Amino acid sequence: MSAVINENAGSLDDVTDGAISIKDVVKIYDPDGAAVMAVDHCSIEIPAGEICMIVGPSGCGKTTLLNAIAGFHGITSGSIHLDGELLCGPQKPQAEPGSDRIVVFQNGALFPWKTNLDNIAFGPMMAGKMSKAEIYEKARGMMADAGLSGTENNYPGEVSSGLRRRVEIVRALMNDPKVLLFDEPYRALDSLTKSVMHEALLEIYYRNKVTIFFITHDLEEAIFLGHRLIIMSSRPCKPKKIVEVDIPHPRDYSVLTSTRFREIMNEAKDVVHEEAQKAFEAGEKEG
Amino acid sequence: MPSFKQALGASSLQGSEVTTMALTVYRISTWIKSPRPYLMLIGFAFFLGFWMLSVEVWQLPRFVDMPGPTEVFTEWFSEDPYYGLSVYTPEYYKHIGISLRRIAFAFFLATGLGVPLGLFLGWSKTFREFIFPLFEVLRPIPVLAWVPLAIIIFSGSETPVVFLTFLASFFATTLNTMLGVESIDESYSRAAYCLGASRWQTFVHVVIPGAMPYIFTGLQISIGVAWFSLVAGEMVSGQYGLGYVINTAYMMIEYPKIIIGMITLGVVGYTTSAMVRMMGDYLMQWRVRELALGDN
Repeated sequence: MSAVINENAGSLDDVTDGAISIKDVVKIYDPDGAAVMAVDHCSIEIPAGEICMIVGPSGCGKTTLLNAIAGFHGITSGSIHLDGELLCGPQKPQAEPGSDRIVVFQNGALFPWKTNLDNIAFGPMMAGKMSKAEIYEKARGMMADAGLSGTENNYPGEVSSGLRRRVEIVRALMNDPKVLLFDEPYRALDSLTKSVMHEALLEIYYRNKVTIFFITHDLEEAIFLGHRLIIMSSRPCKPKKIVEVDIPHPRDYSVLTSTRFREIMNEAKDVVHEEAQKAFEAGEKEG
Repeated sequence: MPSFKQALGASSLQGSEVTTMALTVYRISTWIKSPRPYLMLIGFAFFLGFWMLSVEVWQLPRFVDMPGPTEVFTEWFSEDPYYGLSVYTPEYYKHIGISLRRIAFAFFLATGLGVPLGLFLGWSKTFREFIFPLFEVLRPIPVLAWVPLAIIIFSGSETPVVFLTFLASFFATTLNTMLGVESIDESYSRAAYCLGASRWQTFVHVVIPGAMPYIFTGLQISIGVAWFSLVAGEMVSGQYGLGYVINTAYMMIEYPKIIIGMITLGVVGYTTSAMVRMMGDYLMQWRVRELALGDN
């Protein structure tokens, strides 16, 4: 599997699609007339092919931003573009969900009533542009690449949670998306499974370079995976500090103990802690 | 108790086809080895023993007119039954057959109308606002209250009975199907939209299979209430059927026939609901396998 991973693994030069441009996005929720600002004039530029880690305390509004990109709900003002094309903006508050931007959900959303193979084949099947045989052939090939051979006819409920996450990523990649949107996908996993999943994700990424918009509150995960960390302030959500992770790709778990990793960790930690503290106090007041 | 996975050999699990047959054999063999079948037999024995003692041995005062098990079983399996109804008389099977036919007709009609209606009620908010309040007012009306209207509207003795049987089933099926649609995690339909599915494709590939567990719970309830309302209907109108047997036997003072009718209802009713359950297991392999194997 590692044959494809070369010196160029971290370079974004060969990636042309998937640049996200978030400009001045505001999202105000208005439940029962009490307006709550979830996202406040947030602007982020993500170059094509970057792994961009959005770091912030739970409930700070990160998911609101992700949902706006995915098209699950609208924005109040501002605009989001993908490769120069408008997803949502002043004239069109809500983006259309589509297979160029695929979400990997927090609790996983593999269809439990379809086998792993049928889950992976789902996108192209719906599109109906390829024959059934072609789709299955591609699906089996991608499963083999991701080390999922032998689980084609299992249902998601029959395999381990780590395996399920991998199937879900392969299901997304089957559609050749420009962007993958991760909503804290490894939150429920234990730390050992998590570390395996991180390496597996990077391996998949080195083979299929797509832009990754990854939400997390786990700083170690963020530094290990990301090209860049965008640390968000809590409620309303807006970028507070941007940290470049200059550890070269391909990475493996040995970087966790490197000096540079520690340095970046220290740089980011104080900001994250401060925001977590604020979020906690805000929660106390409301609770 | 060893898990199913260990029984199959954990190494061969990944990718191995767990067939329905293997699953059935495994289930039967664990069942025989467990104390459950023996406890079940003891339960039956206790009931029969109490019946026999209270009626035949002690002859308790309130049980004077009640037929004892000896009398009932002798009559039931007699080649020349005193009251004219036993497993050897064609009459007996005619009653069962007619009841079953009514159940089948009403049940399939209720399923055919109730499942689609429930799916749309759960899927479309506008449709629900329109239909559901009316539905909620009609639903609590007991089947017996419909009897006069059923007889007035429908001619003959057959259609009113089928209508009454249908009614209760229909409400149970529709309501559970609707709840099934509402129970589906939003991220499944979001995932489908993300993967490029249209609204209709999402309905077919997410809403219908996602609601399936609730639909089958609904069908279990539906077949149960179908028997309940069938007997009510057959007691009021109708010329054959198990409810009719019980009612006429009471009026003609042929008491053993009442018990034969009741036990038959129990056995046939249990069989039909087991069939519905098997149908559900067959259509929801993913769920069966998840429950049997998903212990990790």
